[in-house]
Amino acid sequence: MTTPARPRVGLLVTCLVDLFRPEVGFASVKLIEDAGCIVEVPRDQTCCGQPAYNSGDKATAQELARNLIALFEGYDYVAAPSGSCAGMLKVHFPALLADDPLWENRARRLAARSFELVSFLHDVLRVTKVAAAHAGTVTYHDGCSGLRELGIKGQPRALLGAVEGLALKELSAAESCCGFGGLFCVKYPEISNRMVGDKVAAVIDTGAATLLAGDMGCLLNIAGKLSRLGAAVHCRHVAEVLAGMANGPAIGQSAPAAKAPRPARPGS
Amino acid sequence: MQPTTKDFPENARRALGDVPLQAALGNIARGWQEKRTQAVAALPEFEALRTAAAAIKDHTIAHLDEYLERFESRVTEQGGTVHWCRSAEEARHTILAICHRLNARTVTKGKSMVAEEIGLNDFLGGHGIAPVETDLGEHIIQLRKEAPSHIIAPAVHLTQAQVAETFRAGHHGLPTNRRLDDARVLVDEARNVLRPRYFAAEVGITGANFLVAETGSAVIVTNEGNADLTQLLPKAHIVLAGIEKLVPTLEDAATILRVLARSATGQEMAAYTTFATGPRRARDVDGPEEFHVVLLDNGRSALLGTEFQDILRCIRCGACLNHCPVYTGIGGHAYGWVYTGPMGAVLTPALLGVAEAGHLPNASTFCGRCESVCPMRIPLPKMMRHWREREFAAHLAPHAIRRGLSWWAFFARRPALYRAAAGALARWLALMGGRLGYVRTLPLAGGWTAVRDMPAPSGRTFQQLWAMRAQPAAKKGSRP
Repeated sequence: MTTPARPRVGLLVTCLVDLFRPEVGFASVKLIEDAGCIVEVPRDQTCCGQPAYNSGDKATAQELARNLIALFEGYDYVAAPSGSCAGMLKVHFPALLADDPLWENRARRLAARSFELVSFLHDVLRVTKVAAAHAGTVTYHDGCSGLRELGIKGQPRALLGAVEGLALKELSAAESCCGFGGLFCVKYPEISNRMVGDKVAAVIDTGAATLLAGDMGCLLNIAGKLSRLGAAVHCRHVAEVLAGMANGPAIGQSAPAAKAPRPARPGS
Repeated sequence: MQPTTKDFPENARRALGDVPLQAALGNIARGWQEKRTQAVAALPEFEALRTAAAAIKDHTIAHLDEYLERFESRVTEQGGTVHWCRSAEEARHTILAICHRLNARTVTKGKSMVAEEIGLNDFLGGHGIAPVETDLGEHIIQLRKEAPSHIIAPAVHLTQAQVAETFRAGHHGLPTNRRLDDARVLVDEARNVLRPRYFAAEVGITGANFLVAETGSAVIVTNEGNADLTQLLPKAHIVLAGIEKLVPTLEDAATILRVLARSATGQEMAAYTTFATGPRRARDVDGPEEFHVVLLDNGRSALLGTEFQDILRCIRCGACLNHCPVYTGIGGHAYGWVYTGPMGAVLTPALLGVAEAGHLPNASTFCGRCESVCPMRIPLPKMMRHWREREFAAHLAPHAIRRGLSWWAFFARRPALYRAAAGALARWLALMGGRLGYVRTLPLAGGWTAVRDMPAPSGRTFQQLWAMRAQPAAKKGSRP
């Protein structure tokens, strides 16, 4: 493939960013544009289909996968600010459409050009510097799909290392799941609560002021638990910090005044 | 063992509130995960060995009929007997018939998950034959009338204090002033009780880690040597094993042994690795007079050629359990049957049916840690998803989930409607969040808001804001 001087990148916004955290979408656009690409946002994108795929509704998942492939296959690259959604395109679409050779082929071609945002910046666009500063200590949660399906671990750390003033303190049990798991967290809430409880305990233990991660699912889960416990740790998507757009309210905080921490409630 | 897999959510809830259980489970993460990590780090070829081990099993499973027959003929040549059992019931009766023929009153047993699978202890007990578990963990849970909670560490759900209590209650004649506050003392106490029973047994039953086709050997791995005494001292040794335990050669067994203990306990090798080949020969100093292998199918061959075939590579090391955040949170008993953790979430629906065991493959975040540590590279999350597909296709998935999904899919298929709905939802959530920025209770999301807040969005979706930015790329963006 001959890559044009300025590659055209289709941004898969992801449904959680679209709904809960538009800032991450804008941060993604800025980071990819700063790296010399043209970013477009296909308007008709909805969802990568994971809720159906992981619930065993293969037919719906296939239909949504075909829609997304048709929408994105004209781009040089597809980037998503989520290891989970990128993993869906990169790893699962070809398997999901394996019973139709034509679509499997299209899925494979798209998979080869689809990337999670931070690994796209680091591995494909060879970004080593970012124009961002962030004073204070942060910790980082590795989302499971990004970590184990896509091998994303060093890339966010490398780019965070380029953020002026930022100090990274690693989590203990960093490779443990936060307990989100899509519908898992509502189907088995007690087990999910245990997992997110362990995760936020590790977050609080670091003493970091901010938790960063690359997936909105994990972030909503962890931010929601920290909020319920009244812990004053801010949660943000890693793209917000890398793009120098981490000045607004953190996830689960309202503008302009940050909420006051509340005491922990027993049993929560 | 009567399955309680249908009660998984209640079982899990109870387990999460069980203080001693939680204390015991804490040791798994701190102990075995760390030990495995160190053992793997110390062996540069570990990843290559995993690949080789998986390939050996794949080859064996692809030619299972041949290797099973070769194994049988080697066993027979050496004076042993192979019993082919299609079902748990056939296996139980085969074992009972051997015991009856030898007038057995006591049967010693090495740890065997297949024996649990076929409910052997209760069955033998019901026929007047006393099964004596000789593995320390199995001995403890036999005294407590419990099932194993882990495939290699059956009593991992218990604290040391609970073990001491169990011995006080179950070891008759134990002096009340005897100290039992130390692991070493507990092991000695168990040994004193078990020792005479080895000599009393007419039949010894063990499982097998491998069955070797080229030699007709059964290989068993322990850290206590109990399986050796179990199989050497009685008149007859019965090996009870699933048909997937076959490997072609001794070399193959040796390859897989290199990943087994490292994955299980972080040891390079278990303390004892014993190859049993046929009954005692003329010049042997010891050994059983009879050597039987009970080969159990019980639903395994039905997995051949299906999307679940890869689970037949499983060597029961327990690494997936030790690294599973669900297993280490709730322990094994909550799974409600013999096989637990990720491997159980795949195998149990195969053996009991997905209608019975549907919760197990659903109770996973697909975090993938199990697959990342599986020495046989079994794609456990993928197969759990396949069970969810079977469950969904059979209309067994919970009604609320199905209805919710179909509503969501209705919008996800229609981009314009989806955008409108997402916009409305963002506005509504922002209103609910108000000045707090988060929502404390949310209709239809009680599972979420019972334990955590729902961060509220700012009120507009990215798509709305992007369209407002009104740059040319956004307008032509729907078709590249």
